Amino acid sequence: MVINNFAFIGVLLLGAIGFALAPLLVVFLVAPRKKSRSKLDTYECGVLTFGETWVRFRIQYYIFALMFVLFDIETVFLYPWAVGYAGFGVFALVEMIVFLAILFVGLLYAWLKGVLKWA
Amino acid sequence: MATVNIAMVWADALLWAQQPQIELSWNTVIRWALWLVLGFFGAFPGIVAYMVWAERKVAARFQDRIGPNRVGPLGLLQPIADAIKLITKENIVPRTADQWVHLLAPVIILVSAFLVLAVVPFGIGLTPVNLPSGLIYLVAVSSLSPLGIFLAGWSSRNKYSLLGAMRSVAQLVSYEVPQVLATVPVVLWAGSLSLNTIFDKQMEHGWFVFSPPGFLGFLILLIASIAEVNRTPFDLPEAESEIIAGFHTEYSGMRFGLFFLAEYLSVFAISCIMTAIYFGGGTLVPWSDFPAGTLGAIHSAYLPASINATFILVNLVLVAVFFAKVGFFIFLMFWVRATLPRMRVDRLMNYAWKSLVPLSIANVLVAAIWYELVLRPGVVFKVAGWDVRWFVGTLVTAPIVLLLIWLVARCNRLSEKAEVASTTAPAAAR
Repeated sequence: MVINNFAFIGVLLLGAIGFALAPLLVVFLVAPRKKSRSKLDTYECGVLTFGETWVRFRIQYYIFALMFVLFDIETVFLYPWAVGYAGFGVFALVEMIVFLAILFVGLLYAWLKGVLKWA
Repeated sequence: MATVNIAMVWADALLWAQQPQIELSWNTVIRWALWLVLGFFGAFPGIVAYMVWAERKVAARFQDRIGPNRVGPLGLLQPIADAIKLITKENIVPRTADQWVHLLAPVIILVSAFLVLAVVPFGIGLTPVNLPSGLIYLVAVSSLSPLGIFLAGWSSRNKYSLLGAMRSVAQLVSYEVPQVLATVPVVLWAGSLSLNTIFDKQMEHGWFVFSPPGFLGFLILLIASIAEVNRTPFDLPEAESEIIAGFHTEYSGMRFGLFFLAEYLSVFAISCIMTAIYFGGGTLVPWSDFPAGTLGAIHSAYLPASINATFILVNLVLVAVFFAKVGFFIFLMFWVRATLPRMRVDRLMNYAWKSLVPLSIANVLVAAIWYELVLRPGVVFKVAGWDVRWFVGTLVTAPIVLLLIWLVARCNRLSEKAEVASTTAPAAAR
């Protein structure tokens, strides 16, 4: 039977999940369980927690996340280019310089606009 | 003419990417079982346990202490004692936490750390699984860990955990870009995403780190990788002096132990990857294929047809050298931890986006120049019969790399100066 190499990854994935859960199972079996009310409180250095935690949170890195998506997609484009570079030659180099220059201008624009600032 | 060529190269690359077929014979099953039992769930956790011991010893020496020395000779049984302690501790989950997500978050991180190790070529025929798209696979599985960290912080329903998780996602997302871009030069030179082929090419051409763009790429990869595994000076997600323990504040006992294991396993994994893609895997001498080529006439990381005594000898040397290099990188990370203080959060983000990202993008182009001058088959620069490709390449690319570093540093200094001026000037002058 011929199978895909990725089958090993699947087996490893299951194995790793098992490896992570096994000690938790042992803990479930052997560890003591003495629950008390204050032990199960949220730990905030001894002070009772105030208000709800799952609130709408100001995401400071919204722009960074956008940039990340942009550059990750760029990488998706760069990898095949790099793999095939030997066959493409100088034409591909020039093309990639143009592509990266456009991206670079974008990064520079973001920088000068001050969006790359952690406020 | 050009279009035909490009179409053919693309078709070849696509076909090649789809052919990781393997015969499911007893041979394969036994090999996989051995990898799982002896490697992934045997040796690697063992190495990780003793890495913790080594880190405590090394950190103690840096601080003029002795370190663990009570449990067993030299404290060698300390990891076992720690494991027993972690397992017998009560498992405390806050009342308000999301129970299931709280349980699954450390599992996700640990799984991600294990999966990274699946494509590393430890020696000849000693790659757990050789994927033609190995590096893309690496990027994919290593970006699972921010997810785990975020879920851990969110599910705890603790404000400090949430803050740590928010910070950590911002950091991991930012440093993933230079980390990935720093591997592109290697892909370009090897013409493949498979770590086996990258290893072969380094036996042929020498370690990739010994070239100006290779060295810069390696430095960026090293820095970004340290940031990706949340170690000092990039350990803001768990900054204990500010936010208790960050995303794992509400974790105790074995669940915390899983985070700990995952962190050290990731350190081990990225050390393996840096060794494999920039430092020539297990080859001992930078510009030679010793021991594989000279001892056994082996020129490929794939399992040869016949296994004999020389093959075993070669592999012993390769694995020993591989782990020596990995040990060096691990020690380097301990050393960095003992030396550098934690970074400030805005500087951390600036450093990724304003220094590492521009440098790593430009470095891709320098790498292409290096390929044209040194690695392209048929390129020969000869002076008095000597092949001087490497020197010509270095002479051309080293100034470019230095200029790039200078340029980026200068831009950063100017922008910082402008920022300071705009915040300290009196209101009327603004």
